[in-house]
Amino acid sequence: MSYVLEVESLTKTFGGFTAVDSISFKMRRGEILGLMGPNGAGKTTTLHMLLDLTTATSGSVKLFGLEYKNNREEILSRINFSSSYISLPSGLTVIENLTVMARVYGIRGRKRRRELIDGLMERLEVTELAKRSTRGLSSGQLTRVCLVKALLNSPDLLFLDEPTASLDPDIADKTRRLLRSIREQRKVSILYSSHNMAEMEELCDRIIFMNKGRIVAVGTAKEILASYNGTSLEEVFLKITRETVV
Amino acid sequence: MNIYRVLGFSTRYLYLFKRSLPRLMEIFYWPVIDLLLWGFVGIYLNKHQGATPDIIGFFLGALILWDILFRSQQGISISFLEDIWSRNLLNIFTSPISQTEYITTLLFMSVIKLILASTVMVLLALLFYAFNIFTFGLALIPLAANLIIMGWSIGIITTAVILRYGQQAEVLAWGIAFLFQPVSAVFYPVDVLPPFLRVVAWCVPASHVFEGMRTVLNGAPLPLGQVLIAALLNIVYITVAILFFKWNFKMVKKKGLLARNGE
Repeated sequence: MSYVLEVESLTKTFGGFTAVDSISFKMRRGEILGLMGPNGAGKTTTLHMLLDLTTATSGSVKLFGLEYKNNREEILSRINFSSSYISLPSGLTVIENLTVMARVYGIRGRKRRRELIDGLMERLEVTELAKRSTRGLSSGQLTRVCLVKALLNSPDLLFLDEPTASLDPDIADKTRRLLRSIREQRKVSILYSSHNMAEMEELCDRIIFMNKGRIVAVGTAKEILASYNGTSLEEVFLKITRETVV
Repeated sequence: MNIYRVLGFSTRYLYLFKRSLPRLMEIFYWPVIDLLLWGFVGIYLNKHQGATPDIIGFFLGALILWDILFRSQQGISISFLEDIWSRNLLNIFTSPISQTEYITTLLFMSVIKLILASTVMVLLALLFYAFNIFTFGLALIPLAANLIIMGWSIGIITTAVILRYGQQAEVLAWGIAFLFQPVSAVFYPVDVLPPFLRVVAWCVPASHVFEGMRTVLNGAPLPLGQVLIAALLNIVYITVAILFFKWNFKMVKKKGLLARNGE
């Protein structure tokens, strides 16, 4: 079986502190994989290593069977990223920002670009924001606009870092539905990080639970609940974070 | 390098000009103020001292050429800061745009800003003081080119430092060029400097350019030796700047600072 993402013994140390401790996992095409854990568990550092924003101390990351070292451009043109912690230039309108990013992702032709952006904006219900300054958007609106940006290049693998953190329940639900439909239609793989347990349970095919830089549990929500004798992921979360690393 | 991507990403900064009056003002405000200030100082000195016949020309020529260096540096550093301020760095570095393409975009933007600011300065100098920078003739090309490359070198180094230390190093973007000004012999010859600073000055490409400028203003031909030394020094400067940026980028990724400073 070919994997979109293969992580092998990935480790990151900062001085004497080990942020990520020899983690290994694989991700299938079309899979939604959740990354869960308490603050400081190493989720963000892992995500940044997978995106080549941070260099690993040791171990390897392969995306579509390729390593960043000699295939950076090819890999990055097939993935995308959105996080509630980043933004888009506030002095530009929404449509200007999306146009710039579409051009960066190599989408040529004004008409083709506009049709693509309009279609995505419609799906994420942000069409009416097109001519608004990005500065004036609420955090929920900005999150949705960033999601449009993340879908511009029709990625094969999408990295989402707490994408629904600032959305109201209605929009968060619509966003999850959208992500599911994109996965169904295009077999997009999604690596999803969130603190929202119900969301992880509802959306993810499998969940990786990290604590203190290590993977402490992997499996479907049901499997994880069964192995920890829990009734909810929240209960398991508390159990794991309050215990020592397995 | 993908030129389409470079041009595409440049529109990000061009849109900003269209939308932001303060940013547009920033390009014109200081050049105009400097030009008026030094132009009037020149007129005053001409009237009351008469020591140098074309003191206005010396001042304005120096000022316009200095601004070329300053704008080249700022064009890079401030455009980069725009991406830090807007928490856009992670969008950039998780896209297929390469380091080289990103730096090329910043260089391209510095040229655009430089053309805009220089056009205004040249026109105002002509209008207010009847000073025509184009009397330099073809000599203007190597003089300006050397200053642009020195400005780029400083800009790239500044960008690398900001990338590493984040917004706390932002002050460098505004002030670092002025660190070179005393030893660049902008408004006075290198001879004026104390001996130990003369040694430093001769290691700065700009000092050779401004010495060359004064030679041309005195009616002599452009001293090609000075231009050549400036060019050789610039090759060293820009090479060091690019290598420093690349090394620093590696360090920033190793320390996880790209993500931290980008959020």
